[in-house]
Amino acid sequence: MDDLLIAGEKFSSRLIMGTGGAPSLEVLDQALVASGTELTTVAMRRLDPGAPGSVLDVLRERGIKVLPNTAGCFTAGDAVLTARLAREALGTNWVKLEVIADERTLLPDPIETFDAAERLVADGFVVLPYIGDDPALARRLELAGCAAVMPLGAPIGSGLGIRNPHNIELIVEAASVPVILDAGIGTASDAALAMELGCDAVLLATAVTRAQRPEMMATAMRAAVQAGRLAHQAGRIPRRRYAEASSPTGP
Amino acid sequence: MNVTINGAPHEVPDGTTVAQAVLTLTTATTGVAVAVNDEVVTRSAWETTALGDSDRMEVLTAVQGG
Repeated sequence: MDDLLIAGEKFSSRLIMGTGGAPSLEVLDQALVASGTELTTVAMRRLDPGAPGSVLDVLRERGIKVLPNTAGCFTAGDAVLTARLAREALGTNWVKLEVIADERTLLPDPIETFDAAERLVADGFVVLPYIGDDPALARRLELAGCAAVMPLGAPIGSGLGIRNPHNIELIVEAASVPVILDAGIGTASDAALAMELGCDAVLLATAVTRAQRPEMMATAMRAAVQAGRLAHQAGRIPRRRYAEASSPTGP
Repeated sequence: MNVTINGAPHEVPDGTTVAQAVLTLTTATTGVAVAVNDEVVTRSAWETTALGDSDRMEVLTAVQGG
């Protein structure tokens, strides 16, 4: 499969993993290995002196690049501070920008997200914003200097798949930066569809970490992303209302 | 003097540095970042930055999530 290029950095895997929801670091480790991911997102939280082990050790051990996120932030100010702390703690200027509007839907707040994106780009960050499936906002964020855009398929953790494939296609058509389908993936066919629609990568967590067999689901997602990418590049046949014979007709 | 560390009140001696306050939570020096009153204190400044009365210090690290 062809490489994914984000801000000049190459990845041979187009599956970006999240780490939320895993029952243990062991299960997470197995799932990450099975997924083949080379880029994985982590949250920033108050240090708990009693916490056993660290997700960072798992990523370091496996040579997976860490992508800090601003999950849990409700304002641009919070997100900017969290990104700066992540840069300091993890030594990376990459950030998955996530500014949430409310606890019930966890939908991203477009105004706060755009404000934070502008400030972080100005501060030298490689910004990957999580957004609704809004083509106009995606375009504006690209113009503001974001390195990718990450529209949702459906709300975080919902497993509802891609609720508006048409909007995802519109975002893909207009974008010159990578489009990463983020949130809403429930099963392998959702990930394949994202890639068939032309997305450059898929980010998922819950669909794997809360599956009955996370490692097996990670393997399925890896295959689905590859299949979807190949199908997109191969070019699907047009949909037709009636049959079209594939063998010669007549005597 | 009284300071807040990760949301919890603490009484610390006058002149306590960020580095000393971090040590009460962890001996780790990598993978950890500090903000005092919503401003990042870079690692190289931990030893030379003293906390003041009523300061709010946050000590963050990476965890599973997102």
